[in-house]
Order: sequence, then C-alpha cells, then structure tokens
Amino acid sequence: MRISKDDVKNIANLARLGLTDIEVESLQVQLEVILEYIDKLKKVDVSKTHALTNALYVKNVYRPDIPKASLDPSKVMPLSPAREGNFFKVPKIIE
Amino acid sequence: MKLNFLTAHELQGLLAAKKIEPVQILADIEERCRIVEPKIRAYARAPFFRKISSESRLQGELSGIPAVIKDNICSDGDLTECCSRILEGFRPPYDATVVEKLKGNGSFIMAKANMDEFAFGSSCETSCFYPTRNPWNTDHVPGGSSGGAAASVAADEAIFSLGSDTGGSIRQPAALCGVVGLKPTYGRVSRYGLIAFASSLDQIGPLTKDVRDNALLLKIISGHDEKDSTSADMPVPDYPALLEKDVRGMRVAIPREYFVEGMDPEIRQSLTEAKNKLGSLGVSFGEVSLPHTEYAVAVYYIIATAEASSNLARFDGVQYGLRNSEKTNSGQPPLISMYKETRGRGFGAEAKRRITLGTYVLSSGYYDAYYLRASKVRALIKDDFDKVFKEFDLILTPTSPTAAFKLGEKTNDPLNMYLSDIYTISANLAGIPAISLPCGLTKKGLPIGMQVLGKPFGEEDIFRLAYQYEQNTAWHKEKPKL
Repeated sequence: MRISKDDVKNIANLARLGLTDIEVESLQVQLEVILEYIDKLKKVDVSKTHALTNALYVKNVYRPDIPKASLDPSKVMPLSPAREGNFFKVPKIIE
Repeated sequence: MKLNFLTAHELQGLLAAKKIEPVQILADIEERCRIVEPKIRAYARAPFFRKISSESRLQGELSGIPAVIKDNICSDGDLTECCSRILEGFRPPYDATVVEKLKGNGSFIMAKANMDEFAFGSSCETSCFYPTRNPWNTDHVPGGSSGGAAASVAADEAIFSLGSDTGGSIRQPAALCGVVGLKPTYGRVSRYGLIAFASSLDQIGPLTKDVRDNALLLKIISGHDEKDSTSADMPVPDYPALLEKDVRGMRVAIPREYFVEGMDPEIRQSLTEAKNKLGSLGVSFGEVSLPHTEYAVAVYYIIATAEASSNLARFDGVQYGLRNSEKTNSGQPPLISMYKETRGRGFGAEAKRRITLGTYVLSSGYYDAYYLRASKVRALIKDDFDKVFKEFDLILTPTSPTAAFKLGEKTNDPLNMYLSDIYTISANLAGIPAISLPCGLTKKGLPIGMQVLGKPFGEEDIFRLAYQYEQNTAWHKEKPKL
C-alpha cells in the first residue's frame, strides 16, 4: 500500500480539510489509483532538462511604488461571514 | 428567424441597420430559455432579464448583445459562486477585466453559466447545484468544466459565452456540444477576476456559434492588464479582419500520438474527412511526433492539483463565503477547527480529491519526486511543440477521444474522467492557443470536434484555417432538436 489512511488524514490536516471516515476511505483508494498512473513519469529521463513553471513569459514586472485606491472597505467587509467594523472576526487564537 | 439563433456579428448588422432593437434580442432569448432551460439547466441560477433591459444603451461593437459568463468570472454585484457551496452568497464588488471589456463594448451580463465546482471536472456533474445536460441528447453530459457555457450557446439560449480553460475546459465542452471554443495563448487574456484554479494554466476564452464571432470576442477581451502580471504586453491583432486570408500553402502537422490504434472510429473518420477538405483548399500536411504526449495527463494532475491546493487555501471562512464552526469538541484550537469544518462542508468530493492530491505532491519529501519532476516533463512537452512549429504553422488533432458520454458514466472513476482531457491538456502545459470546432456528427447524432493548435500568439493562423474550413462545410449550421 503506497498511501495509508493515516497518510490521507495527515494530508487533510495539512490542507485544513475536514474529512469524514467514509471520505478518508474512498480518497485512500482513489489516490492510490491516481498516484499509480502518475508513476509513469518515472520512466522519463529528466536529467538534461530544467523545470518549467510558466510556459511563455518569465519576466518580473515592476511599477513605481505609488499608493492607489483599493476596493472600498464598505463594499468588501459585508462579504465576510463574521465581522466587527472593518475587522474580520475569527475564533479565539491565543489562549 | 428568432434572434436568439443568430450570432453576434449577424446581430451587429441588424442593429446597425436599425432593423431590430436590443430589447427584441432579449425577448427572444427569454422565450427560448423558458422552453429549453428546464431541460438543459445551462445556468447556475435564473438569468437576470429584468435587470438588463434598461442597461442596453451603451455604444460599442457588442452594443445591445447580451453575454453569458461562467460562474467563476467575477461581475460586480452578481452572485459568482464557482458552483461551490464554499462561495455561497458571494457577490464580488468588482468586475473581472474581461467583464469590464465586454461592458465597455456595449454588452452586459445576462447569466452565469453552470460549471464543474471550481472548474474541477470534464462533465459539469460536480456543480453544487445540478448537472447541465447536452442539448443534442439530454441523457449525455455537455462536457466540462465550461459545460453550461457551451450548452447555452448550443441550445441557442445565449448568443455567446465566456468560459475558462485549464486543461481543456473550453474546448472539450465545445466539441461535445458542437460549438466553437478557443483557449487563447497563456497571457493573451487577463485573468484578473477569474477565480483561480491553476494559475500557470488558466485562460479565459470565448464559446461561440461560429469562428467569426470567436475572433470578434477574442479581439475584445485580449490585451495587457496591469492587474495581471502574466498578461502579455503585445499588440492585439484585428482578428475578424484577418479571417479571410487564403490558407493555400499553410503547413499543418498531424501528430501520430493523437491518432492511435483503437481510437474511436467515428472520430478518426471525421478527422480524415476534415483533413481531406483542408487539403482540397490548398493546405499541406505532414506527419510528426510529439513524443511526450502520453505523459501530459500525469504532468497535468500533479501541476494543476498542486496549484489548486494552494489557490484554494484562501477559502477559509474568514473573508467571504461559507463559515461553519458548529463542533466545539474536536480537540483542536477553535480557529483550526473552524477552517476544517468550513472547508469540509464547503467543498465537494472532486475539490477535496484535488486539494488532497495537490497537498500530497507538494508535501515535504515528495516535492522532488512529483512536482519538480512534473515541471521538468512539462518542459519536454513544450519542447516537442517548439520543434514541430519550426516546420509547421498549425497542428490538427481530435478535441476529445469520444463524443459526449452519458451522465453518471464516469463519476465513480476519477482517473477515467481525467483521461477525457487527454488531447487538450498539452496546449495548457505548453501555453499555446488551441480551438475546437465542429467537424461531424456520430451515428447517434452527437457532435464531433476537431482541435487546431497554433504557435504562441498565433491565434490569427488558427482562426484563418478554422474559418476557411467552416465556410466550406456545414457542420456549424447543424442544430440540436430541442
């Protein structure tokens, strides 16, 4: 077995993804099938090639550091599921 | 003829000659929706006809012509939910750059099209709302992920639509629904306001009833945008004006890896006929090899899921969308537990699968074996194309290995579903433009699409060939019986 249920739970924890036991079980099976397929890449000789992360343009874009108007907070804040004034409200972080 | 059956360029002509009023276009579309939408369900939610009738006064090339956009493209004040529960109730406070350009040219948003959740899928079945059905046969899928965008155009309940394409999500549904769909060169169109799936692969593109409309739309939505640093600072050709240039002497490559033993015989037959037709118009052909083709799907499902797992980290119940924090005894700090519950409840099965896979391939200890290796094979795939384009102008392939499959046929077999994109994925990995256009019907009456791939920023050549083919065939005039 390449990937165990504990592996799936561990990855889900890293991704902050809540999964039910049934989901863990089916993901374990499906990920194995997919990873087995992906394994075909091991056959390719990549010793002479560089990684390609962006197909065409790899150019840094600069602009003058001048402040510009951003989205209006009075339009943005109401989108939040929990807020107080112009702040996002989150569950307690520090004990 | 009811106006909903016409193309944007045909409507332009009638509007300019003052033979029709914009409000008549809308009335005809509304009537059509009433008849076909209950069967097709191309829209993520009811179209907003009432809102638009007063807005259609703007001047421009698309003046009075309504637009349909995929549910992952932001439009100011309109629900934009990526067909996911996690974005429940999200109304962006701004327009995507493409929407700004549509509106600036006189168009207006009429509806948001149904899609696979976060564009994760090839059948439109992972939408959190309902699946869209193929207008040619409602037992079949429209393809995906821009399934609603393609079906709305095919069913003539839209004039044109915009979709997004990360691994074939415009071209594959275009092929399965019998419409024209283009994935532009990476960087041709601004991605600002497109809710990101895989940022090094995503492009927005038009789905239309014919090639001329596609060229018109690409001209309007293209161009550099300072809000998207990957958008190319290059001039935008007047694509519609260049359509009619002769195709005599164009060199088109046929890659043998796309025409393998055991491929669907009806698709092979249609592609052979298309090749013969183009040959009679003076196009020359040569067989080539794209040797790394067989690795494209594997590379894609590493890179695309890795990027998706990172892009989707922003959906955490804090700034927008769903928040869920009912459980209190999970034994974890309350913030962590809120993240997990929100994401566990908000994402559907395919999104969870991809986030998990993407997190796995990026996790410590596996990065080199998966992500780094895939990025290197990606370079080899791009090299394959570069070599072919030294000798040829374009490449001709099928768009999809099969015509539309049935609803439910692949939902329990994710890998099989992923393989539906086997012919389209390479263009995204290499960043090159590619179009799908109708080139036949199966015996059962389902559309077949052919794909034409071009050099980076070679959309002009793609349109020329596609236009000449279309002008000399009648496939684009075939309509589903609804």
